[in-house]
Amino acid sequence: MRDVLFSRVRLFDPASGLDLQGDLLVHDGLIADFGPSLGHADDAAVVAEEGAVLCPGLVDMRAALGEPGYEYRETIASAAEAAAAGGVTTLAALPDTLPAIDDPALVRLLRARGEETGSLTILPYGAVTVGCRGEELAELGLLAEAGAIAFTDGSRAVGSARLMRLALSYAKGFGARIVQHPEEPSLAAEGAATEGELATRLGLPGTPAAAEAILVARDIRLAALTGGAVHFAHVSTAEALQLIRQAKAEGISVSCDTAPPYFDLNETAIGDFRTYAKLSPPLRKDTDRLAVVAALGDGTIDAIASDHQPRDADDKRQPFAQATPGGTGLATLLSVTLAQVHSGALSLGQAIALMTEGPARLLGIKAGRIAKGLPADLCLFHPERIWQVEAGQLPGKAQNTPFDGRALEGVVLGTWKAGRQVFG
Amino acid sequence: MSYRQKHLLAIEGLYPPEIGHLLDLAESYVLLNRSGKTQRDLLRGRTLINLFFEDSTRTRTSFEIAGKRLGADVINMSVSTSSVNKGETLLDTAATLNAMHCDLLVVRHDQSGAPNLLAQKVDAAVINAGDGTHEHPTQALLDALTIRRRKGRLEGLIVAICGDVLHSRVARSNIHLLTTMGSRVRVVGPPTLMPAEAARLGVEVFHDMERGLAGADIVMMLRLQRERMQRGLVPSAREYFRFFGLDAAKLAAAKPDALVMHPGPMNRGVEIDSAVADDPQRSVIREQVEMGVAVRMAVLDTLSRGRGRNEF
Repeated sequence: MRDVLFSRVRLFDPASGLDLQGDLLVHDGLIADFGPSLGHADDAAVVAEEGAVLCPGLVDMRAALGEPGYEYRETIASAAEAAAAGGVTTLAALPDTLPAIDDPALVRLLRARGEETGSLTILPYGAVTVGCRGEELAELGLLAEAGAIAFTDGSRAVGSARLMRLALSYAKGFGARIVQHPEEPSLAAEGAATEGELATRLGLPGTPAAAEAILVARDIRLAALTGGAVHFAHVSTAEALQLIRQAKAEGISVSCDTAPPYFDLNETAIGDFRTYAKLSPPLRKDTDRLAVVAALGDGTIDAIASDHQPRDADDKRQPFAQATPGGTGLATLLSVTLAQVHSGALSLGQAIALMTEGPARLLGIKAGRIAKGLPADLCLFHPERIWQVEAGQLPGKAQNTPFDGRALEGVVLGTWKAGRQVFG
Repeated sequence: MSYRQKHLLAIEGLYPPEIGHLLDLAESYVLLNRSGKTQRDLLRGRTLINLFFEDSTRTRTSFEIAGKRLGADVINMSVSTSSVNKGETLLDTAATLNAMHCDLLVVRHDQSGAPNLLAQKVDAAVINAGDGTHEHPTQALLDALTIRRRKGRLEGLIVAICGDVLHSRVARSNIHLLTTMGSRVRVVGPPTLMPAEAARLGVEVFHDMERGLAGADIVMMLRLQRERMQRGLVPSAREYFRFFGLDAAKLAAAKPDALVMHPGPMNRGVEIDSAVADDPQRSVIREQVEMGVAVRMAVLDTLSRGRGRNEF
């Protein structure tokens, strides 16, 4: 494999505190060296971009792939294409597929399928319960042994307090985290939007925002009771974030992530019944959005995940309440997050850390950092260049972006997986 | 200024002159209808399709009569929503309608926003004849016309909308129309049947009938579906009638000349007592039906003009 020399770019890695205008050399797929100036390498492919930032390849701790079972929405190959275009080189895949990832063989299959892409490391989540049905525990030990990175029922909350207690308790023995979709199921069952004035005007069944805090409060207590580790996915309300902030201060093993829609959009995006903006959990009031921004800044939120949920046209061309929730997120993850940097809410270091070091630490993997000897998983982006999101023009198969029409500052110029350029 | 929209999907967002225009025109159709004359050339050669995904003999018939009085070719299509993939049916239907060169499309659907979705896909002017728990614009217009003819105005009147506001598209459309036209609107019902943040719609919220009806000029009752009791939103029909059913005693709190309205069909003995519903001094329920035809004629007339004849 030919060497790659990134020349006079801004080397940026929050994990190691690196922020340096300089060069980085990739040899044999590994980061061989970096510094202010590495001189000239004759046989290396030189990458030079004025004003560009080179950061670790992004680690996305939450994405649905469509495989197995929903290939009409997305395949692993098309998701890998979208991931590469978004600068994502490592991705934790949700298990609520068809069949669900509740068998060790399926975990191994997904890992292998990731390797086949050559551009994306896929870290499969194992199902907490058989079939993600919320009835009986899956074989967490065997799944962990096969390489499941953590456990979750994906878009479905583990609704039974008893089952959640057992899962937290049992998974602790394997050092694994339980990732919860925090919506109290009986309150969220019929909801198509966040309960409130807008849902009332649109005549849509609402889920109270408190459905999130209710489950978060319960599971914090269960984590304290069991000593297990709970992680809340795509947290979106002020109330839940405050509970998590408090639990962290008390030393309870709790962590959380959010996704770009929850700090970039509010519920008004669903106006006129726009189903692309129908997500799970639903978009919130702007006060909640602002609380998410604040929690990104103060460290309450540990990671930003793409929350990529591919849907096809038939899933979305429905009356709002019948449309399938979910939005794509891989290709827009970095740019939408950078909007918080441009607005001054986050430093560049905070923003990148939330997509590299933060999720890597939660998943316990050696990725999301720039260090000599590590695989050269890298993302080169221009923080100021602009583009416009357009459904239909996104990389990959799924086009259901909630950011359709959004103008964004920050463009991924290229992505490298183990030293090989996979995008740009 | 007259009506400026291509469709009639919702009352929310309409301006007072647009509503006023539709009511004035409807008024003229009331007189025409009563005179026994017809105006069968207005929509001659135009096709009106009544597309009903939800049963409603009353509303469908009203649109059918309105269309026929104006000379349109009226076709009724009832589509079952029991099939598994409802959305596919909806858009398949849209494609079919385009192929048939439908001019005016009246849609009733059990899902909020379904007419909006159809309006994006069909060439016809779309009239929402009730969508889920969202809106029922022609019902609000006919209610307003009924009130205006009896009371001479809408502005300043106290209107109490009572019952299952949460699930009522009639309530939503009436709230938007009446607040836009300057009425003081109250909503009255148990908290479990009140939509979240209802007050943000510009209404006063009451959970007690006597207080809610005190001094009201208009008492508008809403239908309570049996399903609400099965889902536990209300413990029982008798309890509901005891606290929220309109009878003479509760009506006594309203002004002596207060009018009683109901969009129909009524559940007698659940939300309204027969003695009140059939009281010729108070109830204008039958008049509402008459106004319905006139209002729908006005809407069909306006939307067909709005598009310009040459477009047909």
